[in-house]
Amino acid sequence: MPEMNYREAMNRALREALDENETAYIMGEDIGPYGGTYAVTRGLYDEYGPSRIKDAPLSESVIVGAGIGSAIVGMKPIIEIMTINFSLLAMDQIVNHAAKLRYMSAGQIEIPLIIRMVTGGGAQLGATHSQNFEGWFASVPGLTVVAPATPYDALGLFRASRDTRDPVIFVEHALLYSLRGDVPEEHYMVPIGRADVKKSGKDVTIVSHSRMVHVAMGAAQELEQIGISVEIVDLRSLRPLDMDTVIKSVEKTHNAIVLEETWKTGGFGGEIASQIVELGFNFLDSPVMRIGGEDVPAPYTHVLEGLAFPDIGRVVKGVRSLLDR
Amino acid sequence: MTIERQIVKDQLLRYYHQMVLIREFEGESYRQYMQKNIRGFLHAYSGQEAVGVGIIGELENQDYVVSHYRDHGHAIAKGVNVNSVMAELFGKSTGTSRGKGGSMHLFDVGKRFMGGYAIVAGQIPIAVGLSLAAKEIDKEAIVVCFLGDGAMQEGEFHESMNLSSIWKLPLLFVIENNLYGMGADVAQTLAIHDEIYKFANGYKMASDKVDGMDLFEVRAAAQKAIGLVRSGEGPYLLEAQTYRFRGHSISDPANYRPEIEVSYWMSRDPIEMLKTRLIKEDMVSQEDLDAIHKLVESEIVEAVNFAEKSPFPSADELYQNVVSGSGE
Ligand SMILES: Cc1ncc(C[n+]2csc(CCOP(=O)(O)OP(=O)(O)O)c2C)c(N)n1
Ligand SMILES: [Mg+2]
Repeated sequence: MPEMNYREAMNRALREALDENETAYIMGEDIGPYGGTYAVTRGLYDEYGPSRIKDAPLSESVIVGAGIGSAIVGMKPIIEIMTINFSLLAMDQIVNHAAKLRYMSAGQIEIPLIIRMVTGGGAQLGATHSQNFEGWFASVPGLTVVAPATPYDALGLFRASRDTRDPVIFVEHALLYSLRGDVPEEHYMVPIGRADVKKSGKDVTIVSHSRMVHVAMGAAQELEQIGISVEIVDLRSLRPLDMDTVIKSVEKTHNAIVLEETWKTGGFGGEIASQIVELGFNFLDSPVMRIGGEDVPAPYTHVLEGLAFPDIGRVVKGVRSLLDR
Repeated sequence: MTIERQIVKDQLLRYYHQMVLIREFEGESYRQYMQKNIRGFLHAYSGQEAVGVGIIGELENQDYVVSHYRDHGHAIAKGVNVNSVMAELFGKSTGTSRGKGGSMHLFDVGKRFMGGYAIVAGQIPIAVGLSLAAKEIDKEAIVVCFLGDGAMQEGEFHESMNLSSIWKLPLLFVIENNLYGMGADVAQTLAIHDEIYKFANGYKMASDKVDGMDLFEVRAAAQKAIGLVRSGEGPYLLEAQTYRFRGHSISDPANYRPEIEVSYWMSRDPIEMLKTRLIKEDMVSQEDLDAIHKLVESEIVEAVNFAEKSPFPSADELYQNVVSGSGE
């Protein structure tokens, strides 16, 4: 199978969307001659021109709002919010409008809109540029929230997002763009709302999404050395949430850890942990453990930033203390 | 030399010193970045020095300055200690924010340098609040808010223009129009791009533009603007036309800019322009300038030494200053 990186998979996903429907367009900041901050849209401006690749002013609110308006009457907008941190300037359009219009209009209005945003910390970008808000969006009815961890899932989930007739928050992780993985030539789709067992194991289930899936993988490798077998469930979408796959895994391993990058307090992992308890209490041999970021704004200096986010070492420690091994 | 002349000369040399110091500081910070002593984002102010130095030079100590992520120049011009700025970039505990802020978030409240902000336009409403307090409780101070042409595209800018105008707040908006946001040409992103100071007309706010590469022009424009703001006339918007000599940040090769444009602006290097004029009008001697370059060289060596020798913050600092008393 051909290999490509996460960035290339997203670039291909965008091209397909543009090629398939001529009312599809991409709108965002610095996606024109600059080529996109994370270079996902590189080359598209030259190829498709300024009307398909709309290089917008620094105006997150109207970028999203205009996406909503044009989607309502038949266009297929793909919005790029440079990083999830700046989505806060568009929060009103996303939460009060995109998420509500179908309901408030009793279905007269439909918003097939994809809003891509880059999440995550770990690059010493400081307190305002290192956040993960996908969990916030996932608590809002009316939104769909997708967060692929691999190039394969990125392309497959983007295809599925295009078929969604509601607003999709499509979350890419800044530190995953160079990650390589197999992506088949032939057409495939990854359905939204279906978690994926990225590694099977028998002693403990780690539930996670986006970059933390890879942290879990690293921890699983280390734990293998001391005979602990970890199963890793990649949620892939936070809303809808595939608890069936999670519970099936917990039924097998009898132990669950929920791992996420963001602040632990109020993190979406709390939702998952409580659902595991509600739905799978009888399968559990131990309390559900949560591992998340420290409850602090991300510090700049690497000596502190390294302590603020979960890493392999912390997950290994968590698993060992949970299993007492 | 008369006393008056000596005073003017000393003052001009101080300006020259600050501009060279900022330029060399950033040159060194780029080198330190390559050695991985500095990481994350690094946005250079190079090319724009005459704006920050010229405007802040006309302020009083009690006046407030608010900046964005391109904040080294503004901070140094407001008197923030260069060693602490370098240490902050190194992520050390002797930095302006004990290493927790980084290059984009310099703060020195004692110097009334109220911070570097990294969400574009996020600093502007805060500057409005500072000027509200300056008007109502301080009564002496005014506020200068630096922002870019890109920041003018955000709603927060327009809300701040409107509110500060109707409430007649002592706030000077300084737009550093360097023709680009990150990589987007203002001609494509601003409705009025050739004379962007005219945005102020819609808010009934006094405004003007100035050649931001010419320190003398900037100073004259600043004197006028600050005079009006201080007299209680309300806010003022000054557009300084300038150019950044480097990419948006250290990771941007800036190849979206036409070469002819770059070389035009490079030929108007604010430091060179100042030097030429000072020498030509016989205000200073070449020896005076050489002495300044020597001084700056040693200041930079000292700043790097200081940063290198300083310790990193200890692990427990992670939890400090989240809220008052946290982590203690
Ligand atoms: C709300 C928001 N949107 C986007 C960004 C990314 N960004 C950082 S600086 C910048 C360009 C700003 O340009 P301008 O205001 O002209 O300032 P300059 O960098 O030219 O000094 C952009 C788009 C951001 N930090 N915040
Ligand atoms: Mg600019």
